Amino acid sequence: MNVPAVNVASLLRRWWPVPALVVLVLLPYSALPLPGLLDGPIGSPGSLQLLALCLVFGALATGYDLLLGRTGLLSFGHALYFAAGTYATDLMLTQAGLGFWPAAGLGLLSGVVLATLLGSVSLRMTGIGFAMVTLAFAQAGSILVQRDPGGVTGGEEGLAATGLPGSLVGIQHTANLYWIALAYLVVTLVSVRWTVRSPIGRVWEGIRENERRVEVLGLRPYGFKLVAFVLAGTLAALGGVVYLLLTGGATPQTTTSDFTLSLLVMVVLGGSGTRWGPLVGGVLYTWAQHRLASLAGSGTIAGLPSVLRVPLSQPLFLLGVLFVIVVYALPGGVAGLPARVRARTVSRSVPRGVQA
Amino acid sequence: MSTVVLLCITGLGLGALYFLVASGLSLIFGLMDVLNFAHGALLSVGAYATWWAASHSFGYPLALLFGTAVGTLASVALELGLIRPLYRRPREQVLATVGVGLAVPALLSAIWGADARTFPVPGALAGTFTLLGASVPVNRLVLIGAALVVLLALRLFLGRTRHGLVVRAGVEDRAMVTALGIDVRRAFTLVFAIGGAAAALAGGLAGLYFGSVDPTQGGSLLIFGFVVVVMGGLGSVSGAAVACVVVGLVQQFANYYSTAGLGDLSVVVMLAALLLVRPSGLTGRLA
Repeated sequence: MNVPAVNVASLLRRWWPVPALVVLVLLPYSALPLPGLLDGPIGSPGSLQLLALCLVFGALATGYDLLLGRTGLLSFGHALYFAAGTYATDLMLTQAGLGFWPAAGLGLLSGVVLATLLGSVSLRMTGIGFAMVTLAFAQAGSILVQRDPGGVTGGEEGLAATGLPGSLVGIQHTANLYWIALAYLVVTLVSVRWTVRSPIGRVWEGIRENERRVEVLGLRPYGFKLVAFVLAGTLAALGGVVYLLLTGGATPQTTTSDFTLSLLVMVVLGGSGTRWGPLVGGVLYTWAQHRLASLAGSGTIAGLPSVLRVPLSQPLFLLGVLFVIVVYALPGGVAGLPARVRARTVSRSVPRGVQA
Repeated sequence: MSTVVLLCITGLGLGALYFLVASGLSLIFGLMDVLNFAHGALLSVGAYATWWAASHSFGYPLALLFGTAVGTLASVALELGLIRPLYRRPREQVLATVGVGLAVPALLSAIWGADARTFPVPGALAGTFTLLGASVPVNRLVLIGAALVVLLALRLFLGRTRHGLVVRAGVEDRAMVTALGIDVRRAFTLVFAIGGAAAALAGGLAGLYFGSVDPTQGGSLLIFGFVVVVMGGLGSVSGAAVACVVVGLVQQFANYYSTAGLGDLSVVVMLAALLLVRPSGLTGRLA
């Protein structure tokens, strides 16, 4: 008689993302307050905006992990493809006067083309050389955007988007943006999962573990790495388009190497090379950055003595320290935590059994 | 002519700053395979310590000494406290320095604010002097002089002392040196101390060069430090010296003769081009 119950448990273990997704889709209709975690009830525009940002960065980190954790490529230029999506779409809207959907399509396309071109060049290098070439390209993009030689990117001030469809603008439509962010997350998770489990994904795993052996098996790693690079760049560009909608414009901060480093921090925080780790890391990082900043302005922190108040007022300081702690104490990231706890309880219970 | 002279001296001054950052980075990477992302933070620590001392009526030379000492201590503390426990996990070492590079500038801007602070430049170094018809700021010469002294000291240390020999041998083949019964790990701390001192010195001098200190200065100089290190060949101090002269000059000339920002752009494009033509950098070391 227990068989059906076991089946339900195993079904749930396999398919739990589906009910989780349903809950996430329905969140805008919820008025549940989460004091401490969010400022207002879940369905309020402010909370939805923060949740959407968390989802976007979770998805971005998942895409970045395609390079870092799945293929073992350390790219310092991921911000470039994200910014290409944001800025190209924005320029199509403001300069060329296109509608949103054609602009978004062209923005995505520019990200794909850029990733293909620069990826095929930088992948001629390996290891540190690859990291430095990607950094150099991204830095070039960042300088172009910030110095703004043609007078189109808005320089340090960024570029506000114009001509967005009415249903995607304004505080009353935040739920639509949230759903778009959620859709982007689903697209990212599904395409990463699907490619990682495909034959290409097996080769990526091989490249990560030992590139020379993949070559000995008669495969050329270059093409496989390029596929990973272009896919990750495409997902980043798509994320850039979603980010443009969420924030209503493009900011030069998203082009910097610091932005790529923050993606790296998210991935490692959550657990590199795992299915949910980068998502968890991205959500945690984004949430912490926004919530800690607003906490710092609140009365609870202002009343503390300066030794505590000064460091606590800087989210990046806390995140940096947290990151170092995770690197030390939790090599698998947050996603590796349940397995570690399980291993500890098992190793604790086994000696007891032996003694008895 | 006077413009060319001015651009040359200013470019060399900037190159000197890059060299001070890059020499430590290069040695640390060469010996330990750690790309030190906290190097910019060490520079900022040196810059703020120098600024603090200089605005508390220390003389500038004394303030610079103080800043360098604080930066050296911070660097040694970083190596002993964070890098050493991770010796068996090189990837995590790099990640730990990323965390420090994130946290320290944030802490600095929490204490002294995110805005730039004016650096009290002493009168003797604030003026200009005439060279071949160009009026050149004196502080450029100070930068170049400091970089030359550091380069000379490093060459003497690496070439003439026993510790320098261990460092050079460790850069070539760490496993072999360990197999010969020499504890390379002591050299790690030493290299971090040297690198930290040079970076902190660069911080104190950067205050002189830019006339102000701000928490993000270290990060932006670090990027060009990376460029110089990779161009010069990882682990090679002389390569870094050549590369920083090239980078500083190209940047200044391109910035002056075309739109501002193109100099920075041409430097990174130059790096990409060089790596694709010669993957091992100028001096032919493995990148």
